[in-house]
Amino acid sequence: MKKYLKFIYIGIVVLFLYLPIIALVVLSFNESKSMSVFSGFSLKWYEEMFSNRMIMQAVINTFTIAITASVTATIIGTFAAVGIDGMKTKQQNLILGFNNIPLLNADIVTGIALLLTFLMFGISLNWGTVYLAHVTFCIPYVILSVRPRVNKSVNTLYEAALDLGASRFYAFVKIVLPELRPGILAGLLLSFTMSVDDFVITHFTRGAGINTISTLIYSQVKVGIRPSLFALSTIIFALVLVMLLLVNFLSKGRKESVIY
Amino acid sequence: MKELIKLENITKNFGNLRVLDDFSLTVHENEFITLLGPSGCGKTTILRILGGFETADVGRVFFEGKDITDLPANKRNLNTVFQKYALFPHMDVKANIAFGLKINGKSQKYIDDKVDYALKLVNLNGFEKRSIDKLSGGQQQRIAMARAIVNEPKVLLLDEPLGALDLKLRQEMQYELIRLKKELGITFIYVTHDQEEALTMSDKVIVINDGYIQQMGTPEEIYNEPENAFVADFIGDSNIIDGLMIKDRLVRINGAEFPCIDEGFGNNKPVDVVIRPEDVLVKDRGYGRINGTVLTRVFIGVHYEMLIKSGENDFEWLVQCYEKYDIGDEVSLDVIPSNIQIMHKPTSSDEEAIDIDI
Repeated sequence: MKKYLKFIYIGIVVLFLYLPIIALVVLSFNESKSMSVFSGFSLKWYEEMFSNRMIMQAVINTFTIAITASVTATIIGTFAAVGIDGMKTKQQNLILGFNNIPLLNADIVTGIALLLTFLMFGISLNWGTVYLAHVTFCIPYVILSVRPRVNKSVNTLYEAALDLGASRFYAFVKIVLPELRPGILAGLLLSFTMSVDDFVITHFTRGAGINTISTLIYSQVKVGIRPSLFALSTIIFALVLVMLLLVNFLSKGRKESVIY
Repeated sequence: MKELIKLENITKNFGNLRVLDDFSLTVHENEFITLLGPSGCGKTTILRILGGFETADVGRVFFEGKDITDLPANKRNLNTVFQKYALFPHMDVKANIAFGLKINGKSQKYIDDKVDYALKLVNLNGFEKRSIDKLSGGQQQRIAMARAIVNEPKVLLLDEPLGALDLKLRQEMQYELIRLKKELGITFIYVTHDQEEALTMSDKVIVINDGYIQQMGTPEEIYNEPENAFVADFIGDSNIIDGLMIKDRLVRINGAEFPCIDEGFGNNKPVDVVIRPEDVLVKDRGYGRINGTVLTRVFIGVHYEMLIKSGENDFEWLVQCYEKYDIGDEVSLDVIPSNIQIMHKPTSSDEEAIDIDI
């Protein structure tokens, strides 16, 4: 009896987690526009989605911003993590403290603050401002995930490389970077998902002309959501699922597993 | 022997902490020198200054007569074997050993031969393709040696290279290192806090404490004739007793007078006396110079180790002998003159501090 209770409990938890997604997936294949009744299988919402230029533009924006912003943030954050390690302990703690504040800060505050900053300097809001905003809030995550990798043993490895005659650049590229790789990868993936996921900060910094997936859905709510957005959400979910499986599969053979 | 390395008046501070104070040292060609001292005494810092990983606040470093004080680590003709080996974990054994050779632009043929030779030298032939995390501690140690010596440095710096190995392996590696040193004919500068390692392997031992050289000499000199209480205590076990030098060749310890072989300390001068535990002779009551009572007894393999209380101020002698005495036995102690080592009492407060530090 106890055994069954265990399974029932887990079943309920999983159901609560995944039922909404299942509902979304099912309704995206619905024939009618209804949000509650499944009247038959159809791919017409997918067709509508792919032919809707607004949706396609939002998808393109979302992913170009996510890719460029996460790559930029990863480069800056990695250098920062290495640099911070070279500082005195007091300065390190100060910088890491500064690094943590944006992480804990409410998105809405960051969003409004960035909006005001852009306006103050007369920068018109567009794709570039969203990109800059995303780089800004991604950097702390990268520092946070790379920083623990920059430890004493990496320092010793770096010294060992210098000892064997390597230039500082060669030692950094050949020895330090491979050691930091798991942290850098985690930072990159984290930045990417944070960027794709973000609504609040994007909302404030996007200006009139451009939309990402999340801001598009939000604006559609006012006029009524069409099932084509269910289709979009389903595709995004499927993509994430595939990516997750791929990462897990790739890291399986290695000792250090990537966190996502 | 030709002079190879010279450290001149090196001073180094970490924040407010003075690690090295006016430290000077000369190393000759083909020497096996050991820097010996407790943790935090500055020995690793000396090695790091030599390797080019730290810069001295004051002082110069010379290598073959040339000033290399400001030369970066990657331009120095010496290699380091690091404490935790610092092998590159994402490369295999061969790539690790070949790292330095590749940078120096050697041909593939040369690299292959050299890696082969180095692996043979450390008794690990056939290990080229192994990954680093598949090696045991002792094997990693050997690879680290191989990686350093393929570059044919004039000097090999070794930073407590055996510290992470177990006792048996450590003893094996000690012989291995002596053999390597002989085959390569290069200078070894070895850092350790293990006095046994220092005594077994070195041509010259330099005992360091608090950034100062306490004593420099052959292992025999360091062990048999320690110059001060710190050295005596740090190198092996010893009894350090307050004594009174009555006149040349006669010292008063523990309420009894002992003939010794030291001269020139003056008459009626307080001194420190060092007597090694194996040099204390235990006899039946009445046959020795001072009477004592056995307090404790431990069997430690070859011999028994006992604490024997004796004399006017109840000094507890650490004694090692082959005969078995029971706790509470009344015995007599004696020491032959040549085994009594007399040292000056510390005079400055600096030396006094070292004394207390023990």
